[in-house]
Amino acid sequence: MQGLKDRLKELLTDGTVVRILGWKKGDMPYNPEPAIFNSAEELEDFVYDGFCGANLSKMMIEATKLEGKTAVCLKPCDTYSFNQLIREHRVNRDNAYIVAVGCRGKLDIEKIKKGTKGITAVSGTELDGSDEITVNTIYGDKTVAYTDALLDRCHVCKGKEHMISDEIWGESKDTADRERFEEIERIEAMSPEERFEFFKKELSKCIRCNACRNVCPACSCRKCIFDNTKFDAQQKANVVSFEERMFHIIRAFHVAGRCTDCGECSRVCPEGIPLHLFNRKFIKDIDKFYGEFQAGKDPEAQCPLTDFTFEDIEPGERG
Amino acid sequence: MSMNEEKTEFRPLILAFCCNWCSYAGADLAGSSRLSYPADVKIIRVPCSGRVNPMFILRAFERGADGVIICGCHPGDCHYSTGNYYARRRMTLLFSMLDYMGVENGRTRVEWCSAAEGVKFSNTMNEFCEKIKSLGKSVRLGDLRCKD
Amino acid sequence: MYKIAIKDLDTLFSKIAAEQELILPLKKAGQYNFGVYEEGADTEGILVNKTVKSAKDAFFPQFETLYNVRKTITPADELANGEEASGTKIRTKLEVSMEDLKDKDFVVFGMRACDVKAVDVLDKVFLSDPVDNYYKARRDHGIIVALACHEPEESCFCTVFGIDPADPKADVATWVVGEDLYWKPLTDKGTALTEGVKDLFADADEQAIEEEKANIKAIMDKLPNTKLSLEGWGAGKTDEKFGSDVWAKLYNPCLGCGTCTFVCPTCQCYDIKDYTTKDGIERYRCWDSCMYSDFTLMAGGQNRTTQLQRFRQRFMHKLVYFPDRYDGMYSCVGCGRCVDKCPQSLNIVKVIKAFGKENKGGAV
Repeated sequence: MQGLKDRLKELLTDGTVVRILGWKKGDMPYNPEPAIFNSAEELEDFVYDGFCGANLSKMMIEATKLEGKTAVCLKPCDTYSFNQLIREHRVNRDNAYIVAVGCRGKLDIEKIKKGTKGITAVSGTELDGSDEITVNTIYGDKTVAYTDALLDRCHVCKGKEHMISDEIWGESKDTADRERFEEIERIEAMSPEERFEFFKKELSKCIRCNACRNVCPACSCRKCIFDNTKFDAQQKANVVSFEERMFHIIRAFHVAGRCTDCGECSRVCPEGIPLHLFNRKFIKDIDKFYGEFQAGKDPEAQCPLTDFTFEDIEPGERG
Repeated sequence: MSMNEEKTEFRPLILAFCCNWCSYAGADLAGSSRLSYPADVKIIRVPCSGRVNPMFILRAFERGADGVIICGCHPGDCHYSTGNYYARRRMTLLFSMLDYMGVENGRTRVEWCSAAEGVKFSNTMNEFCEKIKSLGKSVRLGDLRCKD
Repeated sequence: MYKIAIKDLDTLFSKIAAEQELILPLKKAGQYNFGVYEEGADTEGILVNKTVKSAKDAFFPQFETLYNVRKTITPADELANGEEASGTKIRTKLEVSMEDLKDKDFVVFGMRACDVKAVDVLDKVFLSDPVDNYYKARRDHGIIVALACHEPEESCFCTVFGIDPADPKADVATWVVGEDLYWKPLTDKGTALTEGVKDLFADADEQAIEEEKANIKAIMDKLPNTKLSLEGWGAGKTDEKFGSDVWAKLYNPCLGCGTCTFVCPTCQCYDIKDYTTKDGIERYRCWDSCMYSDFTLMAGGQNRTTQLQRFRQRFMHKLVYFPDRYDGMYSCVGCGRCVDKCPQSLNIVKVIKAFGKENKGGAV
């Protein structure tokens, strides 16, 4: 990490960029916060470890509007989102300097916290750290295998290649050890009643905090349909009814074909709802009906929902 | 049939989004040709099937619709050239998602129907209405507050 | 002072639930939240420290209907004799039906000292003039059984606000000691509840919980956030804090989502809205979040127009405005839920600390 920090300082001091978008040390050993650094001095608090799961590409929408270049640290999966934002003309590529940082999978603190309280320190989570992370708590120490604490999204990693970069720092690792659509297929195999009950149970936890929407790099509308005050299903109300389901279908639908499957929605949900199940279902359908497509892989590619062929299948057909 | 029985018979609420340039005129033709289709079908005229936002469909169900059908121009005949092609992709994905969430997929349908196809329009509506009647009242998609 | 084996708690719950509604932490789809107890419910959650949402819902639910308005239209020829149709062919009638207020006792089990204190905070707002009837009815009928925190977590900092996690002040206080739950009624309501289930309890010695209390205190001393200083906060600090540059440095990563507000046990802002039903409207109220761009939005685009202002509002309200208004009482209870749940790792602890550094003249 020190190497990365030094390199970032260099970028600032040699005038390549005027600010850096990265992660700042948190108040807990496991909660770094996305931050903008304007000087080498501020960079002292910079951190890059296993808990830096946040995808910084959305913050570049605002950052690239500022005067001067902004350097941003992007993990392989974040570069897909960034590419997609370029595709949609939401970021200014000329004002961005991409430091493609290596990644060996990011950690889910909830998994580490299962059965562990009072954490005072976590070590071994850096990029060049060990396969076992050590967790110190006021009730005693323990170790957790790095792979056991990975975020779910890292188990279906899209690969270690960065899709866009100005320079690369550190080695990446492909952490995929599950089929990407395995979860979707498991749900599809259920009976309609089971599927209905499954989603009803998961979504009844929804508190309509909108974190999934606000963190999503594809959700970059200036004004969201759910912020419309003249609209009954407006963001806040939370009733045990169809409403949350409608919100989540529409949320996923609005990013269908643009969603890169970065998994931020599921990561930030305070209620642990597997929101990626909606997005990934759309991806699976798009792949099946209209041919393989990975949003953000190619900044020139046409989004499947703004495209068509004369031979498309009819709605309701199962492909 | 006695008065009592008539009241208990299930009358579905069906919403039809009809394109101004084809099926809406098709509905007109069905009417002037004295073809009948159930009064349970409420038509909303839209400028193009591509105007139909998935939200419209979900909202219709939320507000108590039992079935929603979208009628547009035949592929290749869109008044705006391509609107129905986009609609086709959108609806394909939306219907698949509803099915995935365990909602009966027979409650939604897309039909291409031109201004000359009054017969087709009336047949489609009769057929769809029968289908919805066999499925019964929609319970999985509605909002409790909109119930009787 | 009584006790009951933890393995027998389900018997206790079903006995209480047979008489009245029982709300307690339940596990649902992998998460712990307060919910209504039903026979056979998964109650392992009662011993977890923190539910995702607080028990605020029991007294001030996220969503509640206030009243219904129905419009009925009667054609003139169907009007009873003597009724005037006032010149038109129909008669329109509006009926307003109030939602029933809570009129039965209910029990909330497993609230922690911080959650209990949070109810005091809500009381200040809802029970001062004008009294909120919906809230008051629930307060009058709610019986709180609080649980001392056996193993507080690193995000806990309730002691900073003078709360003792080892000694919750509720209708009944309980402690987990070994394999038993110790039970001590503290108020009349609590005693009445205890009378009804007394045959399940064994008498216990007060001494056993003293040791537990000491343990909890020792743990609290080791936790990282319990030594926070509130110096510089509180009543009368508006001028000093409001214009500070520190806010600009703090707010930036804020997503403007409502997670912190909705998991917070003391946030009490709500919105009142109408939902158009089949033949009228349903007027409901739901929690609102000062983090949202449309919070108290007025036609002219006011009130707060930037995320910086919204972010500042939330923390100023908790740490300055509320103490200003209610005799120095903070409207944060240190439960640490926002510390755990903020998607961007911002939280009230960071805010307090950031200003602490400023006080000492250091860099932020």
